[in-house]
Amino acid sequence: MPAIDEPAPTFALPDTEGALHSPGGAAATVVVFTCNHCPYALAWHERIVDVAHDYAARDVSMLAINPNDAERYPRDSLEAMRERVRGGDFDGVPYLHDGSQAVARAYEAKTTPDVFVLDAAGILRYRGAPDADYEDPSQNATWLRDALDAVLDGRAPERANTEPIGCSIKWKTEN
Amino acid sequence: MHVELFWWEGCPSHPRALSDLRTVMVELGLDPDKIELQEIETEQDAVRDGFVGSPTIRIDGADVSPVEGEPYGLTCRVYHRRDGRVSPTPDPTDLRDALQAAMTTTSERS
Repeated sequence: MPAIDEPAPTFALPDTEGALHSPGGAAATVVVFTCNHCPYALAWHERIVDVAHDYAARDVSMLAINPNDAERYPRDSLEAMRERVRGGDFDGVPYLHDGSQAVARAYEAKTTPDVFVLDAAGILRYRGAPDADYEDPSQNATWLRDALDAVLDGRAPERANTEPIGCSIKWKTEN
Repeated sequence: MHVELFWWEGCPSHPRALSDLRTVMVELGLDPDKIELQEIETEQDAVRDGFVGSPTIRIDGADVSPVEGEPYGLTCRVYHRRDGRVSPTPDPTDLRDALQAAMTTTSERS
């Protein structure tokens, strides 16, 4: 895993319409590995997208990445991703397809969701879960929000590393 | 009454599901130690046992939250709580209803 306070891997991945996106160019960037089929990712999804909305005016960008093997998990196919985007599930957050799984491997992502916060220089400042309880919407992705508040204030997050909770990344078997 | 919990290690939700199931069984006066745990380890296991995701709970062979058309495989199962929230585990009220229905059926047979 890229270490906290070290540069995070950079990448260029296509969204569901083929446009390439990379982290950077913002005061902070949230990179979240997620998917279509995992109940943890779905339970946390709205809270995570709410963060993108709430912090957009503070120059925070968010990139959602689906790294799962779509051959074994067809619900994570590019077409299924596209359907969710067109249905409004991501509401402006680019939903990127990591077909080779190279980005998930570079980040050593474990689960969906798995959240990383990068500062303006691309330094990793937070990695882990959005908050303490996928079952409790009132948690409001507070760990992620706390990390962003710290980064935007030029401080190190008090809680820089938490255990990601969710479904294991569905790696391709030939890897 | 035969209570089974099928689980797959790639999904972290089965301890919570087992805890919820044990709690409801105790509330209903049933013995939670009678729960039979069945680990699903391979795709072949999943197909053989009709496993559509972890956790899956069956009472006398009937799924507590039946679904139609789900593919068999090693995955985490999506449930919906009664308030509409997505969850990795069944709503305890659904567990209670399924157990009570099975208790009724069992008592009618005896």
